[in-house]
Amino acid sequence: MKENKKISFIRRKLLKTFTVAAAAALAPLTKANSAIKDFDFEDFVQKNFKEMTPQEVEKLLKRLEKKYKEKYGKDFVVKATLPMENVEFGYALNLSKCIGCRRCVYACVKENNLSRKPHQIHYIRVMRFKNGPIDLEKSEHYYESEQVPENGYFYVPIQCQQCRKAPCVKACPIKATWTEKDGIVVVDYNWCIACRYCMAACPYMGRRFNWAEPQIPIEELNTNTHYLGNRPRMKNVVEKCTFCIQRTREGRYPACVEICPVGARKFGNLLDPNSEVRRIIETKRIFRLKEDLNTEPRFFYFFHS
Amino acid sequence: MVRHLKLLIMLFVIFAFAKSSLATKEYPVPYPPFTPGIFPCMNCHSDLPRNKTKRVLKDMHQDIKVENHGDRWCYDCHDERNMDKLKLANGDQIKFEESYKLCGQCHGNILNDWKRGVHGKRTGSWNGEKQYLLCVHCHNPHNPPFKALKPDPAPIRPDATLLKPKYHNNKSH
Repeated sequence: MKENKKISFIRRKLLKTFTVAAAAALAPLTKANSAIKDFDFEDFVQKNFKEMTPQEVEKLLKRLEKKYKEKYGKDFVVKATLPMENVEFGYALNLSKCIGCRRCVYACVKENNLSRKPHQIHYIRVMRFKNGPIDLEKSEHYYESEQVPENGYFYVPIQCQQCRKAPCVKACPIKATWTEKDGIVVVDYNWCIACRYCMAACPYMGRRFNWAEPQIPIEELNTNTHYLGNRPRMKNVVEKCTFCIQRTREGRYPACVEICPVGARKFGNLLDPNSEVRRIIETKRIFRLKEDLNTEPRFFYFFHS
Repeated sequence: MVRHLKLLIMLFVIFAFAKSSLATKEYPVPYPPFTPGIFPCMNCHSDLPRNKTKRVLKDMHQDIKVENHGDRWCYDCHDERNMDKLKLANGDQIKFEESYKLCGQCHGNILNDWKRGVHGKRTGSWNGEKQYLLCVHCHNPHNPPFKALKPDPAPIRPDATLLKPKYHNNKSH
């Protein structure tokens, strides 16, 4: 009997120790509570966007609008505008004109709800080169000049090149990124698993990763959004330039084209023989970045003579 | 006969008018960027004699200096017959709204590109109505080259920890 009592005492003591130990082990997890709170079951069971029926898409957009309203207290419009018929988007950038002022960078940040400091995300990187050959390894994009353009330098803005043979699309193991019919390479943020294979595959460093919850002042949020474009993103997803899908699928120019103070940026339909980009491709000296990789970008650089 | 002639003249006038209105419709440009209160020029210039000698202006327009654009004088481009108009090299009068024709006399290639939307900034719609700008909206006609700008801030350098108050300051890469 006495023996029994002793064992039960040890058992109780052991149990107590375990409970305390378990509680201590779990304590740091309470910090992750916000992540658990943000967990959305419907997000978790959601299908791949490409496999959804129009009714399911409709329902999803309604759900997202409600979710953003709760989160930000603002009325969002989340669209899923489809590609237009006989349209393939192309972009042309005039290197003779670009002065490296970075107006496009910040117009893009505003339009596309990109995360501000300190987890800053920019889709456009303006590289500065010393006059001479385009040697990417000797370029830099952290230049802080008093005034641009500077003598002896030229500038090459680089963003997603919307390749025809996009290596990032090939690299994605779960088809969370694909090329749309109008040539825009898009990401389904809800489907992305954060493996970042696409980022490793992209030779232009065109993709960005949300290492933290995106930080955007609520008054600066753009509420006119597209599911595959500028809707608010979350932590742990990859994002990229979509030629401002929310604007261009409605016939408007991308934000970077509209802001450029020197008119260096040109945008249009590659299948329309009268478009600005076609005229440029047919009459100007053009090149594409890293042509030897055979990625066939839809982004062209040109010189104005 | 006289009636026929009248009719013919009327038709001609209508035709000419239709043509000119079409020409401006082709390139929808906003109102030229005049200094406030300066237009119409004839408010002052109707009573003033036209002095075609090149000189330093002392009473008015001292701020206008023709620079970086060769050896020019006011009446090379402004029409001495009617100061509210511009003048082409062949003597044709044109409105300020058509000033691209004046620039295009020398910069023909650029004018061609501008007409096709390759030169200059366009806003509006890539598949529909585009908003054109006149040359003078971006280039000061009396000093055409672009002025230098202050660039927007550089991106911050990536920092894996994001805990340090200051970011790494590597010079290269």
